[in-house]
Amino acid sequence: MSSEHPEQRAEQAADQLPAQTEEERREQPVVRRGMFGAKTTGDTSGYGGLVVRQTPKVSTPRPYGGPRGAAEPGEFDEIADELERAYPDYGDAIERVVVDRGELTFYVKRQHLREVARTMRDDPSLRFELCSGVSGVHYPADEGAELHSVAHLLSITHNRRVRLEATCPDADPHIPSLVPVYPTSDWHERETYDFFGIVYDGHPALTRIEMPDDWVGHPQRKDYPLGGIPVEYRGAEIPPPDERRSYV
Amino acid sequence: MSSTKYTEYDAYAAEEAASGTAGGETQGRIFDVGGADWDQVVAGAEEADDERLVVNMGPQHPSTHGVLRLILTLDGETINEVRLVIGYLHTGIEKNMEFRTWTQGTTFCTRMDYLAPLFNEAAYCLSVERLLGIEDQIPERAQIIRVMMMELNRISSHLVAIATFGLELGATTVMLNGFIEREYTLDLFEEITGLRMNHAYIRPGGVAQDLPSGATSKIRDYLDRMPKRIQQLRKLLDANPVFLARTKDVAYLDLTGCMALGVTGPVLRSTGLPWDLRKSQPYCGYETYDFEVPTQDTCDVYGRYLVRMAEMEESLKIIEQCLDRLQTVKGPVMIEDKKIGWPAQLAMGADGLGNSPRHIAHIMGTSMEALIHHFKLVTEGFRVPAGQAYVPIESPRGELAAHVVSDGGTRPFRAHFRDPSFVNLQAVPAMSEGGMVADIIAAVASLDPVMGGVDR
Repeated sequence: MSSEHPEQRAEQAADQLPAQTEEERREQPVVRRGMFGAKTTGDTSGYGGLVVRQTPKVSTPRPYGGPRGAAEPGEFDEIADELERAYPDYGDAIERVVVDRGELTFYVKRQHLREVARTMRDDPSLRFELCSGVSGVHYPADEGAELHSVAHLLSITHNRRVRLEATCPDADPHIPSLVPVYPTSDWHERETYDFFGIVYDGHPALTRIEMPDDWVGHPQRKDYPLGGIPVEYRGAEIPPPDERRSYV
Repeated sequence: MSSTKYTEYDAYAAEEAASGTAGGETQGRIFDVGGADWDQVVAGAEEADDERLVVNMGPQHPSTHGVLRLILTLDGETINEVRLVIGYLHTGIEKNMEFRTWTQGTTFCTRMDYLAPLFNEAAYCLSVERLLGIEDQIPERAQIIRVMMMELNRISSHLVAIATFGLELGATTVMLNGFIEREYTLDLFEEITGLRMNHAYIRPGGVAQDLPSGATSKIRDYLDRMPKRIQQLRKLLDANPVFLARTKDVAYLDLTGCMALGVTGPVLRSTGLPWDLRKSQPYCGYETYDFEVPTQDTCDVYGRYLVRMAEMEESLKIIEQCLDRLQTVKGPVMIEDKKIGWPAQLAMGADGLGNSPRHIAHIMGTSMEALIHHFKLVTEGFRVPAGQAYVPIESPRGELAAHVVSDGGTRPFRAHFRDPSFVNLQAVPAMSEGGMVADIIAAVASLDPVMGGVDR
């Protein structure tokens, strides 16, 4: 699918998506079907049958560059180099590295998460002394890694930021807690447990924090409905937001 | 959820069992009060600290800043243990945002931290702009207006912080003075955005509309009055012996504690570290403004108060610079890209609502395609390329950031807000355990939590 058109080529390069043959492409999972959200009424545009395939796991090759761009090695390469030096199991622990929109993300295997975070905090050349927070994202389509736990670290010493992302499957929603390394993630992890059902192993008191203690379910998961009732206004009935037409 | 089988409670079963065994042998373990260890139990209870008192403070309590609940374990007047309970104001804003377009998201997130609505909007919009890759295309005038509005909001938020601070320590005069000044700030917001709170004024791509005529002169009046009024507040509090006794060396939290607990904002700056995202990781062009980052090194409540007062004075300086720039920098306040920008050249209608006569003439009179496009942009919204962004800004309470994830659709896939109040509240036990019960009021007040932001 590599294009001759210079603009499209530039776009592909910017997306960090390697060009692929059509056979390879057909094996990729479907990320979107149709367009304009028309599912019930007759879609005469022809876009209803559109199938968009994409590699779900994007990985950025070196050089990573810095917040201003990836043209030449920058501070993101420094962080990766220092982590590789300070953490012996780097190759095993870091699944992939993504540099997107001037932000650096390490996808860390969950069994290594706490030690990677500890290295990030303690190594003088990394020194990410502040954890800005932990939150979750639920990707139902990402099979085997439906739940993502995202931690944002800040280094005041070096004035840098980095994101650590760890995943776990729905069937085994366990991720090691960061509380022993960053005490501030206490409430954040309780919130993520509350909203997504990720169980943070080693957390001192993993209880619900926003929802009532006896609440059933984890509200921010994608399979949890928003709820709401239809509202009548001047004779017309307006359905609740999650039942309205969507353009996804 | 769980598949546990519940058996119905049978009220007669116990009775029948009792009558069945009456006269016969008693089955199972027998408990009576005649055991040999009973004396030990009594002695143990006597030894135990019977002064221990568990007090439930809140969630409805005037000095807990909304619906914060504190469970205090007291030994006399000393706090042995504090546990915080939150969640009473959880409204599911983050979940709701997943069901609205990117532009509609501002209407929701502005309601989170209701004392600093413009900061919520700014953090969200900057994240969306980073996802769209349009950070460099935001018109300069929009950025200046954003900075000015945020600084006005910082003043109004700090005024409430200090006013409620005074109220909680028993100084009603401070409260009234603070709220009067805040009202003047809200008048400016009403003049500019149409609303006193919950503005939804900052939008992805710029701001909702340009400043109305006459707004700059009103802001100038405000700038003339405010320094004197801040001075009056300082006269009331700075050297007030009662205030000093309640705030000096109270709720100590040093730099190590702040780092471990993730505390940012005035609390962090009261430990002597000049960490302000406006200086260290500038956004909206803050690097071009001339201002100081006030710090104190006392790590106590009084230091945090002084930092807030000084920050208000610095904010006035920034607003003045914004006004000077707005005189020369003209032009649009919304991104030129028609695929993203809503019409922002609004005129005021008879009912106070704004619309853009030129835009309406264009879509209704001359171009069918423009009408379709406008309709699609407003109902369907624009698509945002898949990915995630995290943009932090310096809110009055510390680092406020929006972690926004897109799957390539017209709605946020996930919007999470790192609210500084939520994080800072975790520091209450560290600040107040071992201290006096009266000091926990000062400790919570010095963090200035807003429960709307904590619970979202």
